[in-house]
Amino acid sequence: MISTDPKAVVIGASAGALEALTSILPTLSRDFRLPIMVVVHIPPDKRSVLAELFRAKSSIEVIEVEDKEPIRPATAYFAPPDYHLLVEDQGTLGLTNEEPVLFSRPSIDVLFESAADVYGAAVVAVLLTGANQDGARGAFAIAKAGGHVIIQNPQTAFATAMPEAGLALCPDATVLSLDGISEYLKRIG
Amino acid sequence: MDAPVIETFEKVEDIEIRLLLEALYLRYHYDFRNYATGSIKRRLRQAREQLGFATISAMQERSLHDETMLPRLLGYLTVQVSEMFRDPGYFRAIREIVVPHLKTYPSLKIWIAGCSGGEELYSLVILFREEGLEDRTIFYATDINQEALQIAEAGVYDLDRIQLFTENHRKSGGKSSLSDYYSAGYGRVSFDRTLRDRVVFSDHSLVTDAVFGEMNLISCRNVMIYFDKALQDRAVGLFRDSLARKGFLGIGAKESLRFSAHADDFREFVRQEKIYQRIGK
Repeated sequence: MISTDPKAVVIGASAGALEALTSILPTLSRDFRLPIMVVVHIPPDKRSVLAELFRAKSSIEVIEVEDKEPIRPATAYFAPPDYHLLVEDQGTLGLTNEEPVLFSRPSIDVLFESAADVYGAAVVAVLLTGANQDGARGAFAIAKAGGHVIIQNPQTAFATAMPEAGLALCPDATVLSLDGISEYLKRIG
Repeated sequence: MDAPVIETFEKVEDIEIRLLLEALYLRYHYDFRNYATGSIKRRLRQAREQLGFATISAMQERSLHDETMLPRLLGYLTVQVSEMFRDPGYFRAIREIVVPHLKTYPSLKIWIAGCSGGEELYSLVILFREEGLEDRTIFYATDINQEALQIAEAGVYDLDRIQLFTENHRKSGGKSSLSDYYSAGYGRVSFDRTLRDRVVFSDHSLVTDAVFGEMNLISCRNVMIYFDKALQDRAVGLFRDSLARKGFLGIGAKESLRFSAHADDFREFVRQEKIYQRIGK
């Protein structure tokens, strides 16, 4: 099923993200060998507490990204509010203030497309619950580059629009429950 | 990550992008070659789609032979997103923590590097006026984009942005009403000409141009995030060499000097707001 050894995991989520991510990030152990980049839709003017919250719950490292943060294994990187998060080709993460995509900054599409550019087939994308279509184009870009796309089963999602839009563009994606996603990640990382 | 993620052969699009950036440099001396690739790629794809070119190579061909392509491409390659008193906490820190130091100097030079449409510039001029420092200060506002400089010089903004600017100004500890500084009409606001009395606008590139002397404060927010690491190091080195002894450098909320080759030449002055002070010299 996996032809290329993944070098990173990218995750996108919106409405219902907190609960969904709680079923995933805290289940990963300290020796998880992959970096995980996460975009969650958050209001631009708020200080985000996501990283702090998951740091307290998880054994992997959890940080909110600053520009040119080096990419390390066993670390979850959250996009800060009001910035896009991109994977760069020098082993670092970048931020930009470019215009919102589908009203979202950070945008899941932007993260996923940059991951497809840099990692090609060697990336796993996970698209979770959400009430808009951000992430679908990005998931398509990852699938096209040969990467693996996992979409939360819409029937188990708090908000279905995001996983459904993902499935519409990536019909061959693997559909899993939150527990299934957690199990899958533990296997590959 | 130990091994850099490089494929054994370059993708065609990557080659096209490198050739286009090389063309812009050789033909117009605009140097985007060390910009962060992820974001450059996105914006060139956008430009290609919206300007109606089949390939990035086609865009390169046109850029070489048709000068009117340059401003159009610059519109994509330079990101113009700003607001007055953006991140009010930053301006509050300048006001409450940096200004008391600046007040001890008889004359001041302030550099707003990458001033874009002027929002950050006018924020600082108003802040300095409120603090009684404007008369002893010269503000240098620089950008590589001529159109942006013209917008900055005009100081005219859409009326619908003013509510946000006003709110930010208030949160930053503003001592006057923002409406004291502009007049409104026809859906736009025009900022008071006298705010430009102490400002020098100039075309300057952090990529190719040299030191800008003896600054007391340099504010360069969300400009370097578009650079790759090597270029960021160049820009921070340029700032270091442009700062007076104990001068201040303010950068964007999610930027950091932690990863810079010149980190040791600065100390965190207001850590939370990314305001640094030059040490040594």
